[in-house]
Amino acid sequence: MKPAKFDYIRADSADEALRLLAEYGDEARILAGGQSLMPMLNMRLTQPQVLIDISQTDDLNFMRAEDGTLRIGAATTQARLEWREQLKNEVPLVHQAFPHISHFQIRNRGTVCGSIAHADPSAEFPLCLLALGGEISLRSKKGSRLVPANEFFLGTLRTAREPDELIESVSFPLLKPRQQFAFDEFSMRHGDYAIVAVAAVADVEGVTFAVGGVADRPVSQYWRGVSGNDMDAVINDYSQSLDAQNDQHASAIYRKHLVRVLGKRVIERVLS
Amino acid sequence: MTNNKTLSTPSPPTSTRLNNLHVGQPLERFEDNALLSGRGLFIDDLGVKPGTLYAAILRSPHAHARLLAINSEKAAQLAGVRAILTRDDVKRWSAPFVVGVKSPMECWSLAIEKVRYVGEPVVVVVAESRYIAEDALDLIDVEYQALPAIVEIVRAGESNAVVLHDAVGSNVVSDRSFRYGDPESAFASAAHRVELTVDYPRNSCTPIECFGCVVEYLGDDGYDVLSNFMGPFSLHTVMALALKVPGTKLRHRTPPDSGGSFGVKQSGLPYIVLMCLAARKAGAPVKWIEDRLEHLTAATSATARHTTIEAAVQPDGKITALRYDQIDECGAYLRAPEPATFYRMHGALTGAYDIPNLAVHNRVVLTNKTPTGLVRGFGGPQVYFALERLIQRIAVELKLDPIDVYRRNFVQKNQFPYRATAGALLDSGDYHAALAIGAGDSRLARLRAKQDAARSEGRLYGIGFAAILEPSISNMGYISTVLSPEARAKAGPKNGAISSATVAIDPLGGVTVVVASAPAGQGHRTVLAQVVADVFGLQPKDIQVNVEFDTEKDAWSVAAGNYSSRFAGAVAGAAHLAAIKLRDKLARAAAQNFGVDTSSISFENGKIFSRMQPDKAQPFARLAAGFHWSPALVPADESPGLRETVFWSPEQLAAPDADDRVNTSAAYGFVFDICGVEIDRDTGRVRIDDYITTHDAGTLLNPALADGQIRGGFAQAVGAALLEEFRYGDDGAFLSGTFADYLAPTSCDVPEPTILHLETPSPFTPLGAKGLGEGNNMSTPVCIANAVADALNVKEVTLPLTPSKVMAMVGINAPEGRAQSALPTMPNQEGRGLSAAGTIDISATPENVFDVLNDPNKLAQVIPGCHNLTAIGKDHYRADVTIKIGIVKARYQVEVKLSELDPPRSFVLSGKGISAMGVSEGSGRITLAPRDGGATLHYDYSANVSGKVAAIGARMLDSAAKFVLKQLFEKLGQVATGDSVPPTRPWWQKLTAKVK
Repeated sequence: MKPAKFDYIRADSADEALRLLAEYGDEARILAGGQSLMPMLNMRLTQPQVLIDISQTDDLNFMRAEDGTLRIGAATTQARLEWREQLKNEVPLVHQAFPHISHFQIRNRGTVCGSIAHADPSAEFPLCLLALGGEISLRSKKGSRLVPANEFFLGTLRTAREPDELIESVSFPLLKPRQQFAFDEFSMRHGDYAIVAVAAVADVEGVTFAVGGVADRPVSQYWRGVSGNDMDAVINDYSQSLDAQNDQHASAIYRKHLVRVLGKRVIERVLS
Repeated sequence: MTNNKTLSTPSPPTSTRLNNLHVGQPLERFEDNALLSGRGLFIDDLGVKPGTLYAAILRSPHAHARLLAINSEKAAQLAGVRAILTRDDVKRWSAPFVVGVKSPMECWSLAIEKVRYVGEPVVVVVAESRYIAEDALDLIDVEYQALPAIVEIVRAGESNAVVLHDAVGSNVVSDRSFRYGDPESAFASAAHRVELTVDYPRNSCTPIECFGCVVEYLGDDGYDVLSNFMGPFSLHTVMALALKVPGTKLRHRTPPDSGGSFGVKQSGLPYIVLMCLAARKAGAPVKWIEDRLEHLTAATSATARHTTIEAAVQPDGKITALRYDQIDECGAYLRAPEPATFYRMHGALTGAYDIPNLAVHNRVVLTNKTPTGLVRGFGGPQVYFALERLIQRIAVELKLDPIDVYRRNFVQKNQFPYRATAGALLDSGDYHAALAIGAGDSRLARLRAKQDAARSEGRLYGIGFAAILEPSISNMGYISTVLSPEARAKAGPKNGAISSATVAIDPLGGVTVVVASAPAGQGHRTVLAQVVADVFGLQPKDIQVNVEFDTEKDAWSVAAGNYSSRFAGAVAGAAHLAAIKLRDKLARAAAQNFGVDTSSISFENGKIFSRMQPDKAQPFARLAAGFHWSPALVPADESPGLRETVFWSPEQLAAPDADDRVNTSAAYGFVFDICGVEIDRDTGRVRIDDYITTHDAGTLLNPALADGQIRGGFAQAVGAALLEEFRYGDDGAFLSGTFADYLAPTSCDVPEPTILHLETPSPFTPLGAKGLGEGNNMSTPVCIANAVADALNVKEVTLPLTPSKVMAMVGINAPEGRAQSALPTMPNQEGRGLSAAGTIDISATPENVFDVLNDPNKLAQVIPGCHNLTAIGKDHYRADVTIKIGIVKARYQVEVKLSELDPPRSFVLSGKGISAMGVSEGSGRITLAPRDGGATLHYDYSANVSGKVAAIGARMLDSAAKFVLKQLFEKLGQVATGDSVPPTRPWWQKLTAKVK
């Protein structure tokens, strides 16, 4: 379990990382926290020519509440966000999700943007970003673009990022008045990949319900003006519409069942 | 050996005058300072000789295939590669491993003509670093001819099943029946017959440190091996025979520390031989450390078992006969010490119960899975999962309290030593008292009250029990029970369990102890110091214990090693006896010096003195020094040295008799467990609410270490009950190659059990101690299963009790409405489900599509990531294909075949590929229907993926397969339409994307 040969370059700034990405394109991988990348390198599932380490870049290591969002830079660890005191008032959904996100040793190294870039269908950050209607800020030498979360995740480990693009930051919308949030997850053991994770975001007009771990990417649905009474049938129909995956730990039917059970719980919480 | 034979009165303990100041105390472990401060010395930490090379193993991605050709030229040319070991070398320098069953099955250290399980070693590369060696593996081309795999235990034994070993002609490599008493009459006259069929899965106890070895070939001096292999050292003989050298030419040493073993490090056996051959080929020392993927895939597994068990029962619950029909699934090869999983427990198959009649039918089958071997609890979990589930069923079916069933069937206190029906000589115990302790203090009453309360609220709460014998100190002859009495008579008897220990005293009075035990972190140094300190009247810290083991220098025999819970009873016992022998020698010298009778000599507080004349005293060190400095003072008939070695074997361990009765172990502890579980109706999660485990392991040498053993075994058993299983696909693909898929419990997942003790000393071991390292591995899985069965009122319970599985038993209660019809009544299999069907509309006509199929250039455009495509026959092509999913990339050599062409309506497109990531194979029918100048394309596919990618990425295979197929057919539509430009993000989307 040793990686194939690769070159390691430590970028000191975002610009340097972008220059290297422009040079190497798909032959390069961004190394931020390495919590998924390093095992995949060791298993030789990925064999890049170059690793571009952005973990030491100052200009990518930031958290800023601005323009109605909390922007988190590419080098910012999950632990840094977790310990941000204002987080529960800024992005309560992420605050609620944290206890389910892996183990503290992994959060100490792992980055928020790395999780988004990796696009594991069971991961919590992509789910939260989708549920909140957050955005991903992509940048290449040629320019920048913002991609909404619902267009970013394309499937298992697949995203809309182009090979020369860096996820510079992700933006979680800040709490708006009269919004309610709830997060719940079912996993085999504490800190495991979610079998099913769900998030609900309610405002005065309706509810956004998002589901991770079931399809090949996080998915969400917005229900306008739905009342508690309709909820059972609505969630039930929605769970049945999902392209649920089978694996050795849980059947697709079981996953859909959990979507109903957990979905009901979180939606009841946000509507009460 | 018969039931009626009068048993000799057990001899009194050897030492009658010991002040047990230290034995029985919860002394803190001497080992921990080094381990907790990073000073442990594990195999991978030790320095190696300059010039040592590193090995990597190419392993089979197939569960079953013929090994046609191996081309390693490219690998050999890679800079830094020093040797490549292939089957030709293995055939030249070694022999197949011997095994306890006579069968033409051959097991070598590398695959020879066939590969028979995913992960089977095929080639070894030796290079200047492990990195280079692994690079070289990717350059080796192996040509396989895939064969159908057999994975299902019952199916494997059927006459028309695919056969693994052609020379054997069947997958059944052992079939024996046993009969004790008169089971037929007992069943014929029984008031009730209670029957149950159960399966025990493949699982393991996964040590934190994997196997490792450093091996050197010394020419005429043979092989020198340093490894964390744990024994039994009867297998040293197996290794020497495989290497075709005398035992003296295979020196085996252990590193000072081993990071857990749990039986599993026995599986280093074939790798020691393999690396000896690799070192011989390389002409240099070779180091190999098993990585976690290799460990989970190919080290070993507990033996899977399929059992039908039946009891003849009187109306009051008294069992008069038992019948076992058992199939053990030992993987692709029967590897020593298998089929020991059956026979370790054989003499005690009647459990803790007084059951006079017994019938047993044992069959061993082979399947395309990793060979099985020792895993903590060895043989116990399999037996008790059947027997203790049956006890629960008897209580349910006869409407009895399980406690009453236990009480009515337990061997009575006054029956010990008790000869069990199949030959086990149960040394001591008081099972009724242990039950009373466990259930006592209102513990069971409280659980029952909790259950009543929960049930009245509609919650699912169950109570389970398990009562088990915990055998320790295995009879080295038990495995010969697999042979017929005639074959045994021909081969000569095998029996006993020789343990050895050496105690010495140096010129300053320092005491050293050396044992042939090869421990893996259990605290042997601490306990041996306690035991020996008490003999000499010294402090444990004064006793230096060395547990490194060297077959060339140490006193050892075939039973040496770290298994069958033999430490407390046998190894510590032998150390005690060796110390006594040395003490007696000192006492005789002291008596001569003091002019007193030897019997009056005492050893206390570092002094040797006469109890009759306390002024006659000498410091311990002074007397010891005399033996070294003035041999003239040593009594005339004594030798001058102060070093004694004792070999001890319990006399009760006789060879199996002509009626197949065998005393399989020297001591039998007892465990009685009670557990309460609650099942979440919504999610199917099993929560252990309370767990009470009561142990009788005879004399406890160190109660803190005893509790540590119990907690560790309990944690692993919770894993076996709820989480852990080695999973295989129907095609034999291995699916549990990482700790993300093989789910061992973490400390968050394991509740703290209530641990209670009873001590009825064994009359057969020197210290009265019995083993207690494996009890909960045997009792806890079935105890939890019984609780779940009770909670759900079901008969069939299979391990592990994962939420998905339990939820299927609870029943998914879908609400009324549209979804009701969408929910199948039966949950579908939790397999990989690698099948995909889809319909896409394409603008090409069906005829256009067939034009593509007839044009290799266009076909090459259709296959995503296709580098080149060459025809190798009609409608049959070979290509290099790079599959890319996110950052995962694998280059496959692929064969594509079109068949059943029915233009312009349908065809079958099949493909198979091989890469360093493994093999995959898929086939599907494509049907086309014209639609508005275009066509509707429907595909229906099934695929198999095996090897590394399946072992580590099983969680994502379903979606990955769907993605690759969708990509393929969308591309087919595009190419058929004439739009061969690869689809990229359309320019307008790029423009309209919000620009920052």
